[in-house]
Amino acid sequence: MHPSHSSSSIAAFLSGRLLLQEEIPFPLPDSPNTERLPGISKKKQTFYCERCGNDQQDRFAVFPCARCKTMCPYCRHCLMMGRVSGCTQLVHWTGPEPPHEGNGTLQWSGQLSEGQSAASRAVVQAVRHNSEQLIWAVCGAGKTEVLFRGIESALLAGKRVCIATPRTDVVLELAPRLQKVFPGTTVTALYGGSPDRHRYSPLVVSTTHQLFRFYQAFDVTIVDEVDAFPYSYDTSLQFAVQKARKPESALIYLTATPNETWQKECRQGNRPFVKIPARFHRQPLPVPLLSWCGNWRKATQKGRLPANVKDWTMKRLQENKQALLFFPHIDSMQKALLLFQQLDPLITSVHAEDPQRKEKVALMRTRQLPLLLSTTILERGVTFPNIDVAVIGAEDDVFTESALVQIAGRAGRSADFPDGEVRFFHYGKTKAIVKAVSHIEQMNREGIERGWLDR
Amino acid sequence: MNKCLLCEEETNRILSWHQFFLLEDPPVICEKCRQSFEKIKGEGCRTCSRPLAALDSSFIIEGVCLDCVRWEEDPLYRGALVENRSLYVYNDAMKEVIARFKYRGDYVLAKLFAKDIRETAKQMTYDLVVAVPLSEERLYERRFNQAEALAEEAGLEITPVLERIHSEKQSKKSRVERLQAPQVFKIKEKSSFCHKKILILDDIYTTGSTLRQAAYLLKQAGAAEVSALTLARGQGT
Repeated sequence: MHPSHSSSSIAAFLSGRLLLQEEIPFPLPDSPNTERLPGISKKKQTFYCERCGNDQQDRFAVFPCARCKTMCPYCRHCLMMGRVSGCTQLVHWTGPEPPHEGNGTLQWSGQLSEGQSAASRAVVQAVRHNSEQLIWAVCGAGKTEVLFRGIESALLAGKRVCIATPRTDVVLELAPRLQKVFPGTTVTALYGGSPDRHRYSPLVVSTTHQLFRFYQAFDVTIVDEVDAFPYSYDTSLQFAVQKARKPESALIYLTATPNETWQKECRQGNRPFVKIPARFHRQPLPVPLLSWCGNWRKATQKGRLPANVKDWTMKRLQENKQALLFFPHIDSMQKALLLFQQLDPLITSVHAEDPQRKEKVALMRTRQLPLLLSTTILERGVTFPNIDVAVIGAEDDVFTESALVQIAGRAGRSADFPDGEVRFFHYGKTKAIVKAVSHIEQMNREGIERGWLDR
Repeated sequence: MNKCLLCEEETNRILSWHQFFLLEDPPVICEKCRQSFEKIKGEGCRTCSRPLAALDSSFIIEGVCLDCVRWEEDPLYRGALVENRSLYVYNDAMKEVIARFKYRGDYVLAKLFAKDIRETAKQMTYDLVVAVPLSEERLYERRFNQAEALAEEAGLEITPVLERIHSEKQSKKSRVERLQAPQVFKIKEKSSFCHKKILILDDIYTTGSTLRQAAYLLKQAGAAEVSALTLARGQGT
């Protein structure tokens, strides 16, 4: 933003936001339309962060502040977004919203599947009535297209829309896709350090974290992968969603794997939802096969892979079929990696803190890696066209029903290769394994019942 | 149970007898995070404690690194700083923690190194401790002085005798620029340290120019001897 500091440019910058003074790149005029809220408030002798909603006392600390000359409290929970302390103020715009510029008409000629159409209508309805809607769509259903009509109707009505997703990768992929189909509207992409962060636009794609910087901004809030880490674990992110949306607004959740509470609410009719049980390519989801592999940890520690794991791997290598192998933890994966590399030295592994994560995923995509070992980091969001998938140690606690369904959802994504084997190697079946398999089978049954599958 | 200040995991699953009888505080950092920091061990430069093992022998002269030899050749700074002790290598983990501590402002992280600093200070001889000051502008911006925070948590009492003149951030300058920089400090109060031995505390030793500038000024003003204690030893480029 080039600050001419006219009232309209200030409105465009501040509208819907809740920012630290340091985050505003121009001197703030004394306007009756700007409000300053305390960063930290004290409720009954406990601290509360007004930006991230943190109220866990062990997530606060105090320091001798050179500005306010007191032992000033600060929030450690959202520290990495710029420190909120007792003497910082959060700036908020109370004036009128800037008018929408541009044209929100959708320019897309693609066809929705029957399942997608039904969901698309539900999204439009939610937007019109400012209501809540869950879109429960299997992995590979084509969730993004389902949103197009609803976003269009919001934009044409002069409403502000936000799509929030847990991962920066997804923001980076989604923003240009939306820009392409909404050429008359500016789409901004927000994530830590993004160049768009000072722009106003009616269509925002944001990481869930960046929502902390908004306050009553959006008429339509779409929360992608609502079950995904970190959203489902971090209650402050749910707080962020509630804070960023207008009190009177539409809230749309997208997920392939609602948690148990939500599934129950759906069954009991207490939560409005639309299900898309079939993939856009009209082929069923691959159902995981279960294989007991004994104490695989002990085996790998002794320098050998369980026989059936080794056979499974050898078969993929011989047939030149790419595969993803998921492990519960980095340590066990790195131990096993050495054994896999004896089968083929090109096999490698990837985890969240791997500095070469992007490069390795790119190599996998261009078929330069035969097999990739991964922690749950690749459980969602990534698509490789023609792969088999295995989980080693599927009994581990990290493999929840939702994680296993997501992992199984990596196989058979493309219309050209709708098949792909999914195998859960386990040392004892867990409830989560059984539930994941029946979840997938149930989706396939519903797909057939509705006539949305070709076989 | 206590949580690690860095990763939020529990710090000690096994309670030691010392902790049980409250003779020792429970650790503020977990073992895994603790191990990501690298203590400076083995033979170091006798002046600045830079690890000599990592240096080519042509850069070492009688147990002193070439940088320090060059400092001693400078007529202005000769003998200004008797010794610097650094506790840790400025590796990625240390870079990250210092960035979070000083730039993000996570004050409480000063606790992570309190014990190390306290124990090392005990082995050194000094009459009073001086923290490298920030300029008023910088202090207003950051809201605390990282060197003072380290001293505070280590239980070292600070005597504020120095003041910093506002200038560009050190970390944005090259080695040559730093070495040629005009004096950035001035003396606030002289009487308290005449003929005394001073220990200067700072977070990082990179080229040593900040500390030597301060040391030079203190000696000029009557200090008997100046040494330094720094949390991390960076590699000057």
